[in-house]
Amino acid sequence: MPLLEIKDLLFRAGPGGSAALLDGLSMVIEEGEVHALLGTNGTGKSTLAYLIMGCEGYGHAGGKVLFQGEDVAGFPIHERARRGISLAWQEPVRFEGITVRDYLTLKNGKIDPSELLELVGLQPGSYLGRMVDRKLSGGERKRIELASILALGPLLAVLDEPDSGIDMLSTQDIINVITRFKQKGSAVLLITHREEIARIADRASQLCKGRIVCTGSPEKVAEFYKSRKCLTCTAEECIHV
Amino acid sequence: MSEMDELMAVFSMTGGDRAILADAGTAHLVASGHSILSSRTVEGLEVLAKETRSGITAGIRVTAGTRIEKPVHLCFGVVHRKGTQRILMHVTMEDGASARFIAHCLFPKAEKVKHIMDASVTIGEGSEMRYSEVHYHGMSGGVEVLPRLAVFVGRNGKYYTDFTLTTGRVGKLSIDYDVTAGENAFVELVARVFGHGKDEIKVKEKVTLAGENARGMIKARIAVEDDATAEVTGITEGNAAGSRGHVDCMEIVKDRAVAKASPQVQVNHPLAKVTHEAAIGSVDRKQMETLMAHGLSPVEAVDVIVKGILR
Repeated sequence: MPLLEIKDLLFRAGPGGSAALLDGLSMVIEEGEVHALLGTNGTGKSTLAYLIMGCEGYGHAGGKVLFQGEDVAGFPIHERARRGISLAWQEPVRFEGITVRDYLTLKNGKIDPSELLELVGLQPGSYLGRMVDRKLSGGERKRIELASILALGPLLAVLDEPDSGIDMLSTQDIINVITRFKQKGSAVLLITHREEIARIADRASQLCKGRIVCTGSPEKVAEFYKSRKCLTCTAEECIHV
Repeated sequence: MSEMDELMAVFSMTGGDRAILADAGTAHLVASGHSILSSRTVEGLEVLAKETRSGITAGIRVTAGTRIEKPVHLCFGVVHRKGTQRILMHVTMEDGASARFIAHCLFPKAEKVKHIMDASVTIGEGSEMRYSEVHYHGMSGGVEVLPRLAVFVGRNGKYYTDFTLTTGRVGKLSIDYDVTAGENAFVELVARVFGHGKDEIKVKEKVTLAGENARGMIKARIAVEDDATAEVTGITEGNAAGSRGHVDCMEIVKDRAVAKASPQVQVNHPLAKVTHEAAIGSVDRKQMETLMAHGLSPVEAVDVIVKGILR
């Protein structure tokens, strides 16, 4: 049984649900697998992440999201989290009055927050006592979010562009985090635009026009993606949809 | 149990530790109702306190150039179920002085208690005062607290105050602070209050940036639940060149509670600038979802967020 199986997912957006943002999307993520998801801006990658997590306003109109064989459609976010799904948002929200130490130990007081910070390239002495608030840069906040999801040890970590806002010199930090997820037995749905990040995945898929149009090795999917005219094509011109 | 013992029994609710009162290097003044129970001064700190029919009067002076290392603890309260306590206090920070005051205001059994504080503070040139006021009003909501404060901050002076009432009931609270900042002076006023039941919270804080390059910040963090109400008025006037002010109010509303915010900014000089922001409403949805994605229930998530903003 796959860890996550998405079958014929339909999600409508726009006035009166006029536009099908996800239109018969199907994909499978196996236990412990790092699965990269590629696609141009606006194709619905983040939408898929929110649907998997069960965020408000992201109920699907058709299809199924099965986690360990269980349909999670009726479960709120925290119930999905307790079953082993978690999400690192593309733009993590800020919190007043919550220290980095508290944030990293929200659900597990036994973990070592210093080790997590070091893993994401932050000096514990400089960050543990700071607040997870607006004084952190976007990149710092992002790293802390990744560390906090790592602390949970989820069965499935959905990472929505973990590399955005991270300087190019620190790409290896992000790769280290993703690798650590895998070492801890977590599967990862890795949404990214950077090929060097996608290449560490076990498999990859490309999302286009609301569907998965290609799944395979990261190299194969990246080549497939780059060979197409995704930025200029219309659905009519796309031979894969 | 003596009144002192009764006060000390809840001293820790406001971050206090009875051992502080035994420390010869730490100044304090403890008053229950209209009785002064204990006091100590340190070098450079003069305290003239007197009992009155309804409370106490206190004149406090930190002499020029004195830097008091350890916080001065002021403990005021009423340990009976009914009563009135009126505190009249004047603090003078002479030029170049520096001190931190922590006021512990305790009304643990109050059913019908009124606490009135009329305070004035004068901060001399290059002087710095930090004043933290932490309240505990018990669980019945039978307290009416009326703190009124007028402050003048002299040239290059600094004044910081924070008011915290986040444990137990509030009762009726009406804060009225008015601070005038002179040339290059800095002022920060922070209030954190959590209202429950039928608590009524009013916070009015005004900063007048009177001197050139004066700086002012008003920050209010209020949470209300059940049938509580909150009304926050933050006023800043920029009256001199280079003066900068900001009013920042955040209120979280739960259940049937009602909150209002009125940031009022006024600029009377073309080279002054005052800004404001106010956010009132339920808990931020994305914050909730983020915490729930970490496995917290909605109730746990709200608790974490509210505690955070009141911290």
